[in-house]
Amino acid sequence: MEPFTTLTAVAVPLDQPNVDTDQIIPARFLGIPREQQVSALFHDLRTDSTGQPHERFVLNQPAYADARILVADRNFGCGSSRENAVSVLVDNGFRAFIAPSFGDIFFNNCFQNAVLPIRLPAARTDALRALLSASPGARISIDLSAQTVTGPDGQVDVFEIDSFRKDCLLKGVDEISLTLGYEQDIAAFEARRAGGQSWI
Amino acid sequence: MPQTLFDKIWQSHVVVDRGDGYNLLYVDRHLMHDGSAAGFERLRARGLSLRRPERALATPDHYTSTAGRSLEDIEDPQHRRNVEAIRNNANATGVRVFYIDDERQGIAHVVSPEQGLTLPGLTLVCGDSHTATHGAVGALAFGIGSSEVTHVMATQCLWQRKPKAMRVSVDGVLPRGVSAKDVILAIIARIGAAGGVGQVIEYAGSAIRSLSIEGRLTVCNMSIEAGARAGMVAPDDTTYAYLQGRPMASAGAEWDQALAQWRRLPSDEGSRFDREVTLDASLIQPMVTWGTSPEDAVAIADRVPDPSTAADSAKRQAMVSSLEYMGLEPGTPMESIAVDRVFIGSCTNSRIEDLRAAAAIVKGRQARIQAWVVPGSGLVKRQAEAEGLHTIFLEAGFAWREPGCSMCVGMNGDTGLPGQRIASTSNRNFVGRQGRGVRTHLVSPTMAAAAAVTGRFTDVRRLLP
Repeated sequence: MEPFTTLTAVAVPLDQPNVDTDQIIPARFLGIPREQQVSALFHDLRTDSTGQPHERFVLNQPAYADARILVADRNFGCGSSRENAVSVLVDNGFRAFIAPSFGDIFFNNCFQNAVLPIRLPAARTDALRALLSASPGARISIDLSAQTVTGPDGQVDVFEIDSFRKDCLLKGVDEISLTLGYEQDIAAFEARRAGGQSWI
Repeated sequence: MPQTLFDKIWQSHVVVDRGDGYNLLYVDRHLMHDGSAAGFERLRARGLSLRRPERALATPDHYTSTAGRSLEDIEDPQHRRNVEAIRNNANATGVRVFYIDDERQGIAHVVSPEQGLTLPGLTLVCGDSHTATHGAVGALAFGIGSSEVTHVMATQCLWQRKPKAMRVSVDGVLPRGVSAKDVILAIIARIGAAGGVGQVIEYAGSAIRSLSIEGRLTVCNMSIEAGARAGMVAPDDTTYAYLQGRPMASAGAEWDQALAQWRRLPSDEGSRFDREVTLDASLIQPMVTWGTSPEDAVAIADRVPDPSTAADSAKRQAMVSSLEYMGLEPGTPMESIAVDRVFIGSCTNSRIEDLRAAAAIVKGRQARIQAWVVPGSGLVKRQAEAEGLHTIFLEAGFAWREPGCSMCVGMNGDTGLPGQRIASTSNRNFVGRQGRGVRTHLVSPTMAAAAAVTGRFTDVRRLLP
């Protein structure tokens, strides 16, 4: 997996709480190959029913075309477990999301795709979105090692991240390979259970 | 130290404790469906094998046709390939599969408890967010993404940080006409769609205890709509009576041994929860959602809320856009809202008890609008037909369909038309969930039945037999 260390990029604000994974990629695009899903990102928010782009939708604005960071409101990525919600964002260039809170499954799926989800207090994400709206194309810098986010206003915020997740992202660790290294522990656990709990 | 049900299950499944908050957790059951192809592809691409095929069960549900049970009934060739893929992948790896020609096929979250595959004290995962359903019998069950699906296939384990514990107690007696669906909608309205993020909810209290397993499955199913990782109910005699004799539950001496262990699972006296929420059961009324988040739920006697009363501008803006999408004016009585279509089904409300409750309202009446019933599994369908429920629905003008996820998510093409207002027993009223521009209102099976026979949202208590 590609390591994640630092990222300085255009950030796009999404002013909406509870953005669910059906908004990020509608269910009707899930059964098709990944390459064909790229244009499905926020499909029904980006386009009207005739397929014409909504100019007011933030991701249709040219200033945000190169965005690699998305700043959202609370409970971003809630809803279904579809990992396509993360992969379609990745395939559109995104590598980091900043929000007050995330849907749990979406949050976990990010780490499986070398993407960094960052939780910051709502007051700060509100302020960041206001700054990004006021200066379209403004950039945010993220340093995973130092656990900092530097806003367009120069303010530096420190974020929390589990050391396990941080190490895996910094080194680009593949979780399956890591776990296969614990084969003896898994086998021992199974042997222990086989004794008194055959009903399992 | 006193432990919660959740603590006990977690602790007994830790394979490796890294000491940094992360545990390698053993997975006892893995459910697979017709959206699991990506997991199998990754496994193959890496040259890995499925570690414990006997711990998995596969059943197609998302892409299956509800018009008929043959492959030809699936119109879209890609959907057909997805359904065939789960059979082929299961057969190639030695996983049991209930294919579309098997009467036991159905929605994974209906099939597994029905078979007795979901048992107390187990860990269970599936590449589907509604996996929380299985917590109803006292299991720890949660949804995962397709990368983690591959991880479980290869290792039978997952890296997890232990979530926090919340207890939601519903005490007292539920009023007549109020169901498990109303309970969970009332809970979500109270704690919010992000209220359970990072937490596992244990549902407790006398009103929860009095629910059947079907009712508990409905409550736990929508834990994810409260943002929670999982939901669970401590096993009790209701649980054991439900499970005993089911095909995949243990029997004989093994059952006795299991039962002795299950009886030790409920949370100990004095065990601590990070958060406690209590609801008075007697105050819960039939519920209906008005907006585009499951937290947007009110009692049927209420009105569409007014954004000007919102706590802050962000909330106000969210309400305004929800109401615009839903085509509703603030202050409108919920009972005056006309409905275009009804869907009774989904992993939330497609079990036999749900169909019985809906049929009791429909009996002797006629549907005024298009109405579908989609049983959760072939066995639910057979049971309903044995009881004559299908005749009640058919005589009232309802469509009686084949099992699957159907209109809950519309991945098989079962969707509404733009602008249609649907009373749905499913779990998500998200924008576009049932088709682009479709307006979804979440309700219980009896409230859906009441909407079908009156053509608008109606307090089902006036129609009770």
